[in-house]
Amino acid sequence: MRTAFAAAALLVLAAPSQAADPARGKQLYDSRCIGCHSLDASRVGPAHRGVFGRRAGALKDYDYSAALRDSRVVWDARTLDRWLADPERLIPGQRMNYSVAEPADRADLIAYLRGQSQR
Amino acid sequence: MKSAEIIVPARRAFLGGAGKATLSVAAIALLAGQEALAQGASAGMQDVSILNVALGLEHEAINAYQLGAQSGLLTKPVLDVAVLFQSHHKGHRDALVATIRKLGGTPVAEKSMDDYAKALNAATLKSQADVLELAARLEMGATNAYLGVIPAFKDPALAKVAGRLAADETMHWSILANALGKPMPMAALSFGA
Repeated sequence: MRTAFAAAALLVLAAPSQAADPARGKQLYDSRCIGCHSLDASRVGPAHRGVFGRRAGALKDYDYSAALRDSRVVWDARTLDRWLADPERLIPGQRMNYSVAEPADRADLIAYLRGQSQR
Repeated sequence: MKSAEIIVPARRAFLGGAGKATLSVAAIALLAGQEALAQGASAGMQDVSILNVALGLEHEAINAYQLGAQSGLLTKPVLDVAVLFQSHHKGHRDALVATIRKLGGTPVAEKSMDDYAKALNAATLKSQADVLELAARLEMGATNAYLGVIPAFKDPALAKVAGRLAADETMHWSILANALGKPMPMAALSFGA
């Protein structure tokens, strides 16, 4: 019984990433992120292509906050989810301050960024 | 009233306006053991950080419209609108700079036109529609950026400012979208989501 419950809980936890929609993630990126970010150019915010597996604050052409530069965060699905949910909580002193409240939106954005990082 | 004066929160203006004065209050509060007041100063610096990101957006918008205006691709009536919108962004810039300074921060510097041209891929602009598409994309992004940082402000007066900036960007986007023949948003609450 306990095993069955644990398995069900795992399924529930896994569900958002299984349902993540990179096409919707692109739509969200083009409306919510594009004000500051691009995939291939650092603008108000740093460029995003290749973000998966990259250490926070690592791009040479972007002037990061000291908090980002000094952090030891490496971007993956888990750290990106925490970052998008509450950037100040993950890395106090950061400068983005923009958060994405809905877990499904974060999952779709992360799926999109993962796909673009692999190109 | 000058636009630069519009967004200075009344509470901070009452404190005398100088950021150094705010920090001094924080220092005094720390000495007196009043941590809540000291945290208020820290919160003020987080607000400055948000305002500086906004200023970066405005610098980019001003330069984007300049690139469009200098491109030779815009007809006279469209050029007039672009210059008007650019003047709004200059008003935003001036107001943000004044507020950041009053809060004791250092306004982020504008980059070179070449930097903006490269980052915005301006070399690919070949028609008036291309310029308007770029402007509309940036205005939509700015609208959503401003709406998205509203909850992060510690000072409600600055959150209201972000709302007012978002309203200007939305107005720009609406006119640009109309000029491009884009359909109106069919759903309610289409911005900020």
